[in-house]
Amino acid sequence: MRRFFYLASLARKSAWNRRGTLALVVLCIALSTLLLLGIERIRGQIRENFVQAVSGVDLVAGARGGGIQLMLYAVFHLGGATNNMGWESAQRIAAHRDVAWTIPLSLGDSHKGHPVVATVPDFFDHYRFRGGERVEFAEGRAFDALFDVVIGAEVARKLGYRLGSPLVLSHGNSEMMLAEHDDKPFAVTGILAPTGTPVDRALYISLAAMEAIHLDWQGGVPIPGFRVRADQAGKFDLTPKSITALLVGLKSRSRVFALQREIGAWKEEALMGVMPGVAMDDLWRMLDTGERALLLVSALVTLTGLAGLASAILAGLGERRRELAILRSAGARPLDILFLLACEGVLLVSAGIALGLVCLIFLFLGIGPMLAGRYGIVLYFSWPGREEWLLLGGIVAAGFLTSLVPAWRAYRISLSDGLTLST
Amino acid sequence: MASSSAVFAVALRGVRFSWPGQARPVLDIADLLIRPGERVFLSGPSGSGKSTLLGLIAGILQPDCGSIAVDGAALHTMSASARDRFRGAEIGFIFQQFNLVPYLSMIENVLIPCYLSPQRQARALRQAGSLRDAAAHLLERLELAPEFWERPVTRLSTGQQQRVAAARALIGTPALLIADEPSSALDADRRDVFLKLLLNECALAGSSLLFVSHDIGLAGAFSTALRMNDLNAAAQGETM
Repeated sequence: MRRFFYLASLARKSAWNRRGTLALVVLCIALSTLLLLGIERIRGQIRENFVQAVSGVDLVAGARGGGIQLMLYAVFHLGGATNNMGWESAQRIAAHRDVAWTIPLSLGDSHKGHPVVATVPDFFDHYRFRGGERVEFAEGRAFDALFDVVIGAEVARKLGYRLGSPLVLSHGNSEMMLAEHDDKPFAVTGILAPTGTPVDRALYISLAAMEAIHLDWQGGVPIPGFRVRADQAGKFDLTPKSITALLVGLKSRSRVFALQREIGAWKEEALMGVMPGVAMDDLWRMLDTGERALLLVSALVTLTGLAGLASAILAGLGERRRELAILRSAGARPLDILFLLACEGVLLVSAGIALGLVCLIFLFLGIGPMLAGRYGIVLYFSWPGREEWLLLGGIVAAGFLTSLVPAWRAYRISLSDGLTLST
Repeated sequence: MASSSAVFAVALRGVRFSWPGQARPVLDIADLLIRPGERVFLSGPSGSGKSTLLGLIAGILQPDCGSIAVDGAALHTMSASARDRFRGAEIGFIFQQFNLVPYLSMIENVLIPCYLSPQRQARALRQAGSLRDAAAHLLERLELAPEFWERPVTRLSTGQQQRVAAARALIGTPALLIADEPSSALDADRRDVFLKLLLNECALAGSSLLFVSHDIGLAGAFSTALRMNDLNAAAQGETM
């Protein structure tokens, strides 16, 4: 046993001695570990995030188009705008006998890269996330006056807003868009508690406010020579003409398919109703292909790493013949030489995996906050589960088997060289 | 396996060896006897079978026929791994050059046999109390200053390297020391110093010494001088 510990320590010192050449192999193994564990984690956690972001909504109604696109835009404020649906239709759905509540959403404007959502105060009562948690106010209350705005926790934290802070909304949802609604400033009346969902990074105003800031706009630009002052806006009819989407809660979930069919068959307007769960499943199915491709790439990187391992050790054997002969002369058996080399392979693979795990931790620490700030997606580091440890164990085992190739070669060399030091 | 006068340090009888696939033997030795504590000088031109002979005595090679005993143990009847074990315990080996493992310190190089052979370790411990002390005593007597002991061996001179190799071969007092042209890479002054130190240590350890060299001028320091061509019937046939 002590003999094996000694040989293992020799393997460690020998590998360290050639760290320059072996570093790339270790990096390659680290990269494959990072990919294999990272992809699985990020995928799972993003999915979790999406699933948790909205709950209790039975249908999302909107203009007919892509269901996934409507979901991503209306709930996660990701991707491009969809067509609007008429306010009339929204009201008819709200009045339907099966419908318990509706929340209209109107999107399109932004504030310093954060989406602005026009909705009704009911939003704060009905919106649920993570299996039923309510949106809470950390400070203040829902919007009431025309130019009130409620901001998500991340918006408040990042931009340093407090209750009463004035802010100006920008037209459009690109950070590059310069047109600003600077003639109609808003004041913060409420700050929401953190939720870990897209709510954190959004701003909420009333539907009327959305109408008011666009009174003197047409087709995405201010109408020349026509200005409505902020104090005059209240005198206009601020009923919205259209909205982006309508979140629908039913009295009984069993009616969801019936209502979906009914909305889809609407004659007055081309609409659709999307079940959030189904749309999410469609999205994952779409992403599955890409994900499988990524996993395949990780597997290939692992293979490359292992092949690199074998060839790096093999390449080093030539100049190590002396070392092997010295060990032989001091009583090492050819099997000891085999063990020494296999040990080195296992050591390198283990070092690679450890480095990969460290990188994974740093990756999550590094990109976690960035994703949370930008997309409201919360990632957290978690240690590998049982199956992942098995996978890592499998890589070590594969490393052991791979290093048997150079080990076997060294075994042959030490048998044929014996004690002669050729060259 | 303490050396007793009844047992030879090395005893070869009727040994013949040929490489696989070759009909003609490269080695054909009727008798080679080395008494315990004897210092044997062995010379011979290259190709005379010296390396093969050393391989046989060290238990790396097996003879086609005949018997080989080192310190009373019959190598020709042992399994390969038993011979490896025996070599670790009872034979110290010094190569012509490049004797050291580059990633180990001087002390670590000296201690290699102690970690590979329990017998060597036990004897070293019995003699010095700790492995480190055992190595330190040897290095001191071989005139290697303590400031080198923990350092990497890559910057040592050839003379220093050969003395470290001698310390490694001697640690744990093996029955037999085999030195394969250990001084041929040294200049004359260093060669004499090395030889003196080596012979001293062998005497102290009570180890027999088989010293191979083609520098006939060194033969005077040894109790016995043998020539490969006299020993090896196969080589005699070749040179005729």
